[in-house]
Amino acid sequence: MRFERREEVSVAALVLAPFVAVLAALVLCAGLIAMAGVSPWTAYGEMLTGAFGSRLAVTETLTRASPLILTGLAAAVAFRARLWNIGGEGQFYMGALAAAALGHSVVVGLPLPLAWAALALAGMAAGAVLLLIPALLRLRFGVDEVVTTLLLNFVALLFVGLMVEGVLKDPMAFGWPQSVPVAAGLRLPDLVPRSRLHVGLVLAVVVAGIIWLVQSRTVFGAETRAAGLNPRAAAFAGVPITATLAKVAILSGGLAGLAGAVEVLGPVGYVTTTMSPGFGYAGIVVAMLAALHPVGVVAASVFVATVFVGADAMSRATGVPSFIADVIMAVALLAMLVALLFATYRVRT
Amino acid sequence: MTGTKAAGPVLELEGITKRFGALVANDDVSIALKTGEVLALLGENGAGKTTLMNILFGHYAADAGEVRVMGKPLPPGKPQAAIAAGVGMVHQHFSLAGNLTVLENIVIGSESLWKVGMDREVQARKIAELSKTFGLPVDPEARVADLSVGERQRVEILKALYREARILILDEPTAVLARPEAEQLFRILRGMAQGGLSIIFISHKLHEVMGASDRVVVLRGGKVVAERATAETNPAELAELMVGRAVARPKREAHAAGAPVVVAKGLSASQGGGMALDRVDFEVREGEILGIVGVSGNGQAMLGRVLSGLARPDAGTITFQGRDIGWMTPREAVRMGIGRVPEDRHAEGVVGDLSLWENAILERLPEHSGWGFVKRRAAQDFTEALIKRFDIRGAGPATRTRALSGGNMQKLILGRNLAAGPRFLLANQPTRGLDEGAIAAVHRELLMARAEGAAILLISEDLDEAVGLADRLQAIVKGRLSAPLAAEAADARKLGLMMAGVWGTADAV
Amino acid sequence: MTEAFDILTTASLWAAVLRIATPLIFGVLGALICERAGVLNLGIEGIMTLGAMVGWLTVFWGGDLWTGLAVAVLAGMLMGWLHAMLTVPLGLSQHVSGLGITLFASALAYYLYRLWVEVGDLPPTIEPFQPWAVPGLSSIPFVGEVVFTQMPPTYVALILVVLVAWVLNRTPMGLALRMTGENPHAVEAQGLNPVRIRIWAVMVGSGIMALGGAFLTTATFNSFFPTMVQGRGWICIALVVFASWRPGKALIGALLFALFDAFQLRLQTVVEGVPYQLFLMAPYVLSIVALVLVARRARVPEALMQPYRRGER
Repeated sequence: MRFERREEVSVAALVLAPFVAVLAALVLCAGLIAMAGVSPWTAYGEMLTGAFGSRLAVTETLTRASPLILTGLAAAVAFRARLWNIGGEGQFYMGALAAAALGHSVVVGLPLPLAWAALALAGMAAGAVLLLIPALLRLRFGVDEVVTTLLLNFVALLFVGLMVEGVLKDPMAFGWPQSVPVAAGLRLPDLVPRSRLHVGLVLAVVVAGIIWLVQSRTVFGAETRAAGLNPRAAAFAGVPITATLAKVAILSGGLAGLAGAVEVLGPVGYVTTTMSPGFGYAGIVVAMLAALHPVGVVAASVFVATVFVGADAMSRATGVPSFIADVIMAVALLAMLVALLFATYRVRT
Repeated sequence: MTGTKAAGPVLELEGITKRFGALVANDDVSIALKTGEVLALLGENGAGKTTLMNILFGHYAADAGEVRVMGKPLPPGKPQAAIAAGVGMVHQHFSLAGNLTVLENIVIGSESLWKVGMDREVQARKIAELSKTFGLPVDPEARVADLSVGERQRVEILKALYREARILILDEPTAVLARPEAEQLFRILRGMAQGGLSIIFISHKLHEVMGASDRVVVLRGGKVVAERATAETNPAELAELMVGRAVARPKREAHAAGAPVVVAKGLSASQGGGMALDRVDFEVREGEILGIVGVSGNGQAMLGRVLSGLARPDAGTITFQGRDIGWMTPREAVRMGIGRVPEDRHAEGVVGDLSLWENAILERLPEHSGWGFVKRRAAQDFTEALIKRFDIRGAGPATRTRALSGGNMQKLILGRNLAAGPRFLLANQPTRGLDEGAIAAVHRELLMARAEGAAILLISEDLDEAVGLADRLQAIVKGRLSAPLAAEAADARKLGLMMAGVWGTADAV
Repeated sequence: MTEAFDILTTASLWAAVLRIATPLIFGVLGALICERAGVLNLGIEGIMTLGAMVGWLTVFWGGDLWTGLAVAVLAGMLMGWLHAMLTVPLGLSQHVSGLGITLFASALAYYLYRLWVEVGDLPPTIEPFQPWAVPGLSSIPFVGEVVFTQMPPTYVALILVVLVAWVLNRTPMGLALRMTGENPHAVEAQGLNPVRIRIWAVMVGSGIMALGGAFLTTATFNSFFPTMVQGRGWICIALVVFASWRPGKALIGALLFALFDAFQLRLQTVVEGVPYQLFLMAPYVLSIVALVLVARRARVPEALMQPYRRGER
């Protein structure tokens, strides 16, 4: 059996691939659900109701999707340039921490748009710095960034712990390790009244649009793609590889940091060491399911959010452990890899 | 042991057919090899020689046909079976692991994987014996990465002999060797044949085929077009059989060169601790092609990198129209009017997964953009114009560049350089791996640029090409550059000496 | 500072070093075997998690401790087989597939644990391995206490280091495996099947990694809880680079690492006023520093992370 690269990849096959992957994941995980003594039909039905069955459910799902769009974009822009940023989780926390630290007092009193811009930038800068370290270690010393970004996730989380139990500890939190809250006036306005859904969703979708524009229409986008696909040829053609990768690192880390900042300014209001249910890692799944396309990231985020929110509700209703959501996601990721292979290669015997 | 040539064929290929998609790489090919014979398989790039040998060795399975060794058919697609039957193959790109030792590279696969322990002493002794018998000296404990190209080839041959090969196949064995090394190799092969081994070597070099083989099989377009006893043919006949038609490469017309455009003085550059370029002097003048000839791996790559803006010289100067260009970036090179054709099209010339238009403007992104946005419309029109002017076939501006054939890819690369009318053009191995038709097209373009006054530095391993195109020639040997020789004064003897590094001052111009 | 120095001379510290190093030794050996064959296995973190869960569960359900370890190995090999299928015959990105395996294996471990085990306020426990004094040798002063009074799997880990080094360097199988990681085309040209060699290497390596996870639940602790592997898998990936892909150096790396860990644990009790998070951060930062130190010198297997497709060069 041999694989030959298809000369022209059909767009239809690429669009179809994630659906095939998701379907395959649902079919495979049906077996695990059945092991719990629950009919997969019932379980998946409960998941759908749990995610979309009521106004509240829909807003919860979209609230969950908002940070995923940003962490998904963070992974997608990095992977496009073959920068393996697996550190989205840590960058998310650094962004969150920066927003809380400044949003508690420093920017209070500034005109609102200016304060928001400052907090967003601070979050992005915090995330970008955390990714710049491994990116520069790779460019300077050739250290594989996969391992370093993964390790920095643990460092970042411990740093957050250090802060929320130390200088940023909220004295009013009855001893709970959580950071000082963002000033009430700085919280992002709700999109739907009496829900947690806030304008962060709109922001994330707009950012996805901007990233699409940047990737497909600008010089930076062209340079990034060339550097990712064939660094030697790109360097020969004059693309500054180091600078391009550094820019990509800033963008990718910045997006993950922004996700954290928005989460703090939106539904949460402060930082804890458990505020992310793996947004950074799930962002990698989102990016892969989207085949690294910014518009696909939005759709994939909604899917992943559906699985997570739906699985919680389903678990309460049927007793199937909610970890099934993580299993579905992981299987979908692996299935997507295979589906993409068949979309871009043909099999010869 | 004198040439005891037994009657029956030791190896037969019968009716071998192999298709890759629409391409028929081998079309009903039949060849027989006698014991103690040296058979040359002659053909151009893409004639199907390598595919045929890969089928014989079991790397590929044929769509039709049979391989028989000593009359027994080989199961298709099983290298293991070919080795067991006594077939050994020396690949063009060596199949060696640089980080492992010579011994490890040779004995791999010779024992059961489940055997407990290895007897290195016995193995080393057997290798030493083979080395002595066949005149292939190597140190079994040396790391392969530390060996010269010639030594690595000896390891490849020893690998086959260690597995007791009776039939030896060599794919383009002299591609990476200097003339003296190549001659030595053929002497060794001749000795092996007299010792009873049967040998097939693949080549597209006529002089080698004439000098070293007993019999020639000519392959063209996947078919056997002729078979001749070497003694009964001549280079002219073989050339015509190989090419199939008289393809005339364009001829250089004499015209006076102008002022120097690029001047290098005492240029040195190091790489990985060694000197890649060692005090090199040359100048390229307006309307002139300077040919740099030599066996690959003697500093050509570094020269190309310095002139492309990818590497910095350690010492000496290099100027372009009087400006120092030792520290330019690739973008500055392009802006100043320096055209660059890289050595390896696929690795450096294009990004295969981007479209033609994106590759066409990648070097010139700053001019094809405004406010950070790429001017797509204009870029596509530009590419459309390149496709027309340079006769790039089988693609439009939006096609993925990977889909182009080698010749058309090279036309795209040449085109994006020549469209801007460069003052200086670096053409590094511009026709490597192309077929005759595409070679002629590339040569025409280079000569046209020369006629328009461009200064061209041609780096080539193909002597015919260099002598045919260049006004003056310099040989590169271990990072040193010989004194220039006028093309008119070049003959085989002088060029041979030049490339071997024997530089008499008398011959220089 | 004398207190810090005193810590270094106690036998209990050095005994703890070997205990802490054991899961790392298993993990780094497993990762090393995969990488010497040319496959990066980022599934390690998940494989260790799954190994920890099934090893523990087997004992919890009444199996003996050694059966637990065996089941963990099988579970690891199964995950290794999956990673190998995706990256070797299919040639998919080893980075992404490995991360996928980590997500899958750990999610599966948590799911099955929740499904099969009733968890109250505290996670249920098993009777873990106890230290076993090697007759005779354990009475050697100091050394006996440090090296020969360990839990049985630790001895297995130490023996495995020697065994892996011997197989890699002194047998035809090891040579074939190393050659596959350097140049799979050369392996095929000599009539061996590099695809099959890679698949088996990844499976065996993954099985050994799983032992590292199982040690955590059957020896270090006596229960299973989520996120218990705590990045040990990633640290092992860093240690392989630090060890230049050599089993002996991998052992030294794991021991150094464990020494640091054991030392800081004891230092925490001595040094006051330093937040515990800083101590906990140290191993991760140390791994990164180690990577930087050896980055330029490392002799990476040449075909690492390069998919092998027959006839394609």
